[in-house]
Amino acid sequence: MDLGLLLDMAVSGDPDRVVLGTADQGMTAQELQQRARNGAVAVQEAGAAHLMFVGSSGPAFPVALFAAAAAGVPLVPLNYRMPGEQIAALIAENEPALVIADAWLRDSGAVGPDALTPEQWLERTAVDRSDVPLVGAVDSDAVALLLYTSGTTAAPKAAVLRHRNLTSYVLSTIEFASADPSEASLVSVPPYHIAGVANTITNLYAGRRVIHLPTFTPEAWLETAHREGVTHALVVPTMLSRIVDHLEQDPAATAPKLRALAYGGATMPSRVIERALALFPDTGFVNAYGLTETSSTIALLGPDDHRAAGSSGDPEVRARLGSAGRAVPGIELEVRDEHGAPCPAGVAGDLWVSGEQVSGEYRGSAGNVVDGWFSTRDRGWLDAEGFLFIEGRTDDTIIRGGENIAPAEIEDVLQRHPSVADVAVVGLPDEEWGQRIAAAVVPRTGQTCSPEELQAWVRTHLRGSKTPDLVVLTDALPRTDTGKLLRRQVIADLSRS
Amino acid sequence: MAVTEVKPGARLRSTVSEAEVVVVRGPQDAVQLRCGGAPMVALDAATEAAAAPGDDGSTLLGKRYVDETSSLELLCTKGGAGALTADGRVLTLKGAKPLPSSD
Repeated sequence: MDLGLLLDMAVSGDPDRVVLGTADQGMTAQELQQRARNGAVAVQEAGAAHLMFVGSSGPAFPVALFAAAAAGVPLVPLNYRMPGEQIAALIAENEPALVIADAWLRDSGAVGPDALTPEQWLERTAVDRSDVPLVGAVDSDAVALLLYTSGTTAAPKAAVLRHRNLTSYVLSTIEFASADPSEASLVSVPPYHIAGVANTITNLYAGRRVIHLPTFTPEAWLETAHREGVTHALVVPTMLSRIVDHLEQDPAATAPKLRALAYGGATMPSRVIERALALFPDTGFVNAYGLTETSSTIALLGPDDHRAAGSSGDPEVRARLGSAGRAVPGIELEVRDEHGAPCPAGVAGDLWVSGEQVSGEYRGSAGNVVDGWFSTRDRGWLDAEGFLFIEGRTDDTIIRGGENIAPAEIEDVLQRHPSVADVAVVGLPDEEWGQRIAAAVVPRTGQTCSPEELQAWVRTHLRGSKTPDLVVLTDALPRTDTGKLLRRQVIADLSRS
Repeated sequence: MAVTEVKPGARLRSTVSEAEVVVVRGPQDAVQLRCGGAPMVALDAATEAAAAPGDDGSTLLGKRYVDETSSLELLCTKGGAGALTADGRVLTLKGAKPLPSSD
């Protein structure tokens, strides 16, 4: 199966349904299909081996995704906020390529003069080229997407996602045309994030109109949600945190009546989700956990799980509010110890995953797949009913005096301190303990707190060995655009202080 | 006529209606797949004289159909008249367990 077949199905079901943009002026399923085919001719005539997209989200992106599929070449989205020379280097890695890039990138010289702007791409694909036969054959093994992983710990590498990975994900998690005709999804994650790609396909297949928000601000997000009658949205934790802050601080701001709000992409501080639940009382919350290498979501905590956990008197059930939920259909999860043996329920170890949507493949290297199982390099544990708790990246685990300490647990406690806006906990080299615990803390605007006060706060909530040995106050933490903490940078900064 | 191969990823069409399917999971042993009583053929197979579909229902776009005996699973990629059968057994609709939207 390939992505083009999913688009054909959407057209077969209702060619005139608006799939992108405003309800009265948006793009229909049939128009998307025609544009994708015209775009495939453009790719073919350019002799391109890759179609690259270096821009913010908008209707040009879904056209590019399905055009690449029809032409039988991989789509390669890039982070348009990277330095110009990095963009140029990654484009060079993918030559010969047809490049679609935001206009300012061409003006700044980051992309060549032959690059098309998203507007030019939309003009080009509006011209009927159905007379030109397409020669490329697409099969389920063909590469649909090359997606550079965010590289928070190393240089970016291109994850390989084949048509069969992405179509398996859609088939096992989405029922065709299951969305109500009034549903509309607000997409504020960028196209170079796996969720930004996956939602294009899943919403089309489910029958849900997509509205793109190219540049996120809480004001623009709320305004668009109200104006477009948005029913569904996906946000990363930093976005939800800013939306919650804005709603609490601006008396004129009101929460839109969303049916579902999905969050994922990084660890969500429980203090943020608890405030969001109060501000959106009628909204079903979905916590999605997944990786680029797994074609997006592999586990989710749905609205019923949120409610059951939130209202339970049983502490074990209540704790599930902080979990990533259970595996989606077609996915198997296994937690293994350092010798590769499965861990019993409640015991943390390395998280492995298996399923048809899982690729675990990188261009030019072997990847982390052993006998069909992919090592996520995340550390976590499963409870007795299969709820998954993620503690963070395996590489980020602090080992202090032989004890494994998950930074997330200490970060969560510090987040709950009334004076704390943001926090990162890392391990620093220590001669006596192997590693010592250090915390970089951003105080809330207009508030102060002392390192000693924060250490005492952690000591009252967690056992003594988890108290940070060092607390440093700072103005901001280094994060990627999608909210992932750059821990190496934090460690480097703290080592200097 | 040669039996059309039913393997994962294979796309087949009905000879009695517009219906088309893709094989999601192949059968344990070879099966004769029919739609509306007539054998299904590969999507790109030459068109033969179409028979009229029997009055036995229809195959619905986007639905998944399973044969428990052989573990065969199909996805209907184009709806049309005629029910799907494997070696004469009527395929059943796979129950949808709706998941909340996550991206």
